[in-house]
Amino acid sequence: MASKNIYDKPVGVIGAGSFGIAVSNLLAENNEVLLYARNPDVVQEIQEERLCNGMKLHDKITAINDLEQLAQKCDIIFPVVPSANFRDMIKTLSPFLHPYHILIHGTKGLNLSLPEGKSLNDIKVLERHHIKTMSEVIMDESVVIRVGCLAGPNLAKEIAAGQPAATVVASHFNEVIQAGQQLLRSDRFQVYGNPDLTGIELCGVLKNIIAIGSGALSGLGLGENAKALLISRGMIEMIYLGKALGGDIQSFIGLAGIGDLMATSNSTLSRNFTVGNRLANGESLNEILATMDEVAEGVNTIRIAKKIADSFKLRTPITEVLHKVLFDNLTMEEAVQYLMKYPLNVDIDFM
Amino acid sequence: MRFKRYKNTRQYEPILPGSRDWPVVQLSRNRKEFMAEVKEASFQRIKAITRNKTALIEELEITLFKERARIRQNPWKVDPDDDLSFWRNVKARLLDISNNKETEGEEADKILYSIIDRYAEEIMGNFNPSHYRFARRVATFGFSRLLNAGRVKKFGSFWSNRLSMDDKIHITGEVEHLRTLAKKGNIVIVPTHFSNLDSILIGWVIYTLGLPPVIYGAGLNLFNIGVIAYFMNSLGAYKVDRRKKNVIYLETLKAYSAIALSKGCQSLFFPGGTRSRSGKVEKNLKLGLLGTAVEAQRQNYQEKKEKGEKIFIVPVSLNYHFVLEAPSLINEYLERKGQERYYVENDEFSSSYRIITFLFKFFTKGSDISVSVGKPMDVLGNPVDFEGNSLDKHQRVIDTMDYFISNDKITINKQREEEYTRMLSLKIVDQYSKIARIFSSHLVAFVGFEIIKKRNKKLDLYSLLRLPEEEQIISYDEFKDTCERLRSKIMERVEEGTMSVAQHMKEDIDEIIKHGLHNVGMYHAKRPLIQTKEGDITTMDLNILYYYRNRLDGYGLEKYI
Repeated sequence: MASKNIYDKPVGVIGAGSFGIAVSNLLAENNEVLLYARNPDVVQEIQEERLCNGMKLHDKITAINDLEQLAQKCDIIFPVVPSANFRDMIKTLSPFLHPYHILIHGTKGLNLSLPEGKSLNDIKVLERHHIKTMSEVIMDESVVIRVGCLAGPNLAKEIAAGQPAATVVASHFNEVIQAGQQLLRSDRFQVYGNPDLTGIELCGVLKNIIAIGSGALSGLGLGENAKALLISRGMIEMIYLGKALGGDIQSFIGLAGIGDLMATSNSTLSRNFTVGNRLANGESLNEILATMDEVAEGVNTIRIAKKIADSFKLRTPITEVLHKVLFDNLTMEEAVQYLMKYPLNVDIDFM
Repeated sequence: MRFKRYKNTRQYEPILPGSRDWPVVQLSRNRKEFMAEVKEASFQRIKAITRNKTALIEELEITLFKERARIRQNPWKVDPDDDLSFWRNVKARLLDISNNKETEGEEADKILYSIIDRYAEEIMGNFNPSHYRFARRVATFGFSRLLNAGRVKKFGSFWSNRLSMDDKIHITGEVEHLRTLAKKGNIVIVPTHFSNLDSILIGWVIYTLGLPPVIYGAGLNLFNIGVIAYFMNSLGAYKVDRRKKNVIYLETLKAYSAIALSKGCQSLFFPGGTRSRSGKVEKNLKLGLLGTAVEAQRQNYQEKKEKGEKIFIVPVSLNYHFVLEAPSLINEYLERKGQERYYVENDEFSSSYRIITFLFKFFTKGSDISVSVGKPMDVLGNPVDFEGNSLDKHQRVIDTMDYFISNDKITINKQREEEYTRMLSLKIVDQYSKIARIFSSHLVAFVGFEIIKKRNKKLDLYSLLRLPEEEQIISYDEFKDTCERLRSKIMERVEEGTMSVAQHMKEDIDEIIKHGLHNVGMYHAKRPLIQTKEGDITTMDLNILYYYRNRLDGYGLEKYI
């Protein structure tokens, strides 16, 4: 099917992970796409076999291995790389970027910007300027300010299967939201806009904590009551953390907040869910990470979120107890016991 | 008690020698065309906001309502005599048009136009180069006469030229940078705003630096007084009436500013909007007029592409030991913040007598002022080099025009520009906190207030301000230790480049305290800080102390008390 392009220029995607491919395929329905992959073998594989990670690629996607070319040819770029590589990638891309570029990222992680030579353990109290969302990384490292993000219940495999879904494009700039909507929208994909960039980014980031918890409950064979308890109390922890970092509460009850949380917590397809599930079955974090081919952002997020909770004096029992399971050898059973003994709280105290 | 003089002897040559070259002169010479352009632009702006005739008529009705309320509740001497009759006429016309649906839209446009016409004529300044020169000479002459009469205590010293304005006012910071850029593009100066004196002071600074005159918005209330009005008009001021908060007025004002800017008129905004009530350095800037700088920059690029004149934003911090209006400003602030009580706005500059006594006091007593010029930036808040190039964090050159480009074309996008303005305002605020020069008086006020506050941790601000007198005494030793500790913390920040201090802050701490106590709020009837006979430190008015303390607010220094 040869449909018309919305823009004269191709749209760029950086990162050929499963979500990068899913985004490319959605974009390709409306426009020519240039897909950057770091690994030249992957580029070759895409170009020759039109396949990547077992997912089929749309005809309008061209894979390249040159960031400079990508920045020259595309005004609108969707970076979708793991948070651990995000800053380096932007640094490499930065010399080729100009203020007319629009960047809409789809990365659900946080970056730490600590004083030189310090690690998370050396820092006593984490301050807000130590913690960077991906849009803040983009603005730190480049001249691009028309920045946005993608977040919502978007499991890559379901999108690839052509099932109906929706996403949120968040940006301070209406034109960025509009560009995202025009480019991503299709008969099976809805796009909502939100001006609260930080809030929406944090929704995507923080829900991964709860997804690990949800995987753990399932691994322990617990039922729907337990899961509902986890999701609703988890939501409140997300709101505490999100508010402390400058997000609006309202964003958390939207598609990118509760919507994404539901999808990620219920889906056995999600990587974070898998981590929790395997933890509950007695595997250690190292064992799990050694056998996963894609990054589970939730693990790093828990590390940072625990520190944020301590520094900002927030009450986040689920995050804390998961932190203990991941890094201090607490078992999942003990974790559940601990949470059930946690002193009673007021249900809602943030509105 | 006097420190050695850090005299600024540098003389600055005027950048554009002939007044014929000044853009502001061009503007007043072509006044008619300019006004027509402003009126047309205002008209288009309001039409764009209201979209259809129902919305426009509603806007007209709201404006009418607000204006009639203003005339009733808050009339000023400067208001024209026909104010009431004009708005009565608008009311009658608005009633008329509802009778005829067909001509409704057309009539509404006409009414709108007549309102804009009135506003634009009111706003427009009346610049005249010979008046400018005259006014400036009178001001400089008068100031130095006063200065010498007061300071050199000898008979006949009224005519002495021993002291000049330079002794009184120190200009520091990126002066050369500013002067260089003034030749390469258009300058928008954005100073902090503490006192009504700012308007006069900044005019003098601009003249001293050899910059062509700027146009700036001055509060219409200042035009209440005949003499001041003459000076204001002559120095390039246009009038801003803060009572008029209706859309039509605000848009006319913005159109005026944007068009003047894109015609190359150097401008000045007080982005805080109004004098800081709390004594804190401005944190939330008013974006309306500031936005016209972004808009004008885009217009320049639209008209001439990469040759479009570049606009540079220069933050300036005005630093005082003493703010005449402090007592009423702080009380107003506390009332507003405390309870939503009705308060009457008090205006110290309402009578010629008060302003003249103030000026006399100011120029005859030893309260120095410093003016720090911050780093110039483009309309996005990026730093610029001496060539006028915008630089990113890695010192790479940025093309500012690219910020306005979408799909290879320069586009008009109001929401985008609003966002840019917000980002610019954050950069300006950041510069303010870096260049605000900390004086001995700010230090002692901060230390004095914070010691009392620390002793009474459990009290909220309002209870603290009502603390009994006997609990407001601080022993000199404790006071001195704390001042010393805080000074060293401030000096660390100066090293980092995140704070600035006046030269005298490097003296011996006892001297600094003496200097600070002597200068802090020196002409207030109730002094914010005094030394008792026993040598202890106490205050005569906690509210005023709080005001002067606030100058050091927002730096996170409380934890070192």
